[in-house]
Amino acid sequence: MKLTHQDFDDVRIVSVVENRIDAACAIQFKDEMRALSDSGPARIVLDLENVEFLDSSGLGAVVGALKAVRHGQSLELAALHPTVQRVFHLTRMDTVFSIHTSVATAVEGIANAS
Amino acid sequence: MRPEGNLSRQETWEVPPQPKEHTLRIILPATEAAVRRGLESIKSGLGSVGYGQDELASLEIVLAEALNNIVEHAYADHSDGMIEIHLSQTAKGLWCTILDNGQMMPGGEPPIGRSANLDCEVADLPEGGFGWFLIRELAHELEYVREGDRNRLCFRMSIGHMA
Repeated sequence: MKLTHQDFDDVRIVSVVENRIDAACAIQFKDEMRALSDSGPARIVLDLENVEFLDSSGLGAVVGALKAVRHGQSLELAALHPTVQRVFHLTRMDTVFSIHTSVATAVEGIANAS
Repeated sequence: MRPEGNLSRQETWEVPPQPKEHTLRIILPATEAAVRRGLESIKSGLGSVGYGQDELASLEIVLAEALNNIVEHAYADHSDGMIEIHLSQTAKGLWCTILDNGQMMPGGEPPIGRSANLDCEVADLPEGGFGWFLIRELAHELEYVREGDRNRLCFRMSIGHMA
């Protein structure tokens, strides 16, 4: 599971390099996200641009990552593919997360966060 | 029916002669990595015979949940289990049958798959239990039968060339 990150003033963009977050890599994803939020600034934006598929284990891992952030720290999502968006919508997890259409809108703060 | 819809012509799959047309049969080892590869080949195979991206997305979600459940639960005590998948297009949609020789589902019934309660603190959000909910949301006419020492899960996806 490869995650890369880029820091701006008060936001860390974490990008998933692989094209799926599924049962085969969910635990590793959650662990790596936790390490990146522990050492990160107040806002973490998870860039899902490359992620074409996410199953229920992957969804659980993203929720786990949200639960692992520090008090006062946020985890937001950006650039969801339609299939990923559908899993969030069906499970109503799209009501739990702030979701941005792209990393650019997330960083500019003019996002249509839900 | 679609001109290129005869799935048994897909050369990359080992498909024995089938009495029925439009049937695809795949056998894979019950591991998460093999499930991932199997889903990729099903998706690319069906994509090339005219299924849309949305249709393939629904199918991949349901198959991923059903197959990973078999790996994680039915074959929890086995490392050498096999899973057999049959996909068959009819005028009502794509019928999927999944067979395994793992443990019976608890109580002999597939889980109800209730939607999770999200009206809670972030710390109390569920991190699991979404799988059967997604299957029930997207699949139709789902049926589970324990046949001797074999599990048979059958359902229909409303996708493909339908009458």
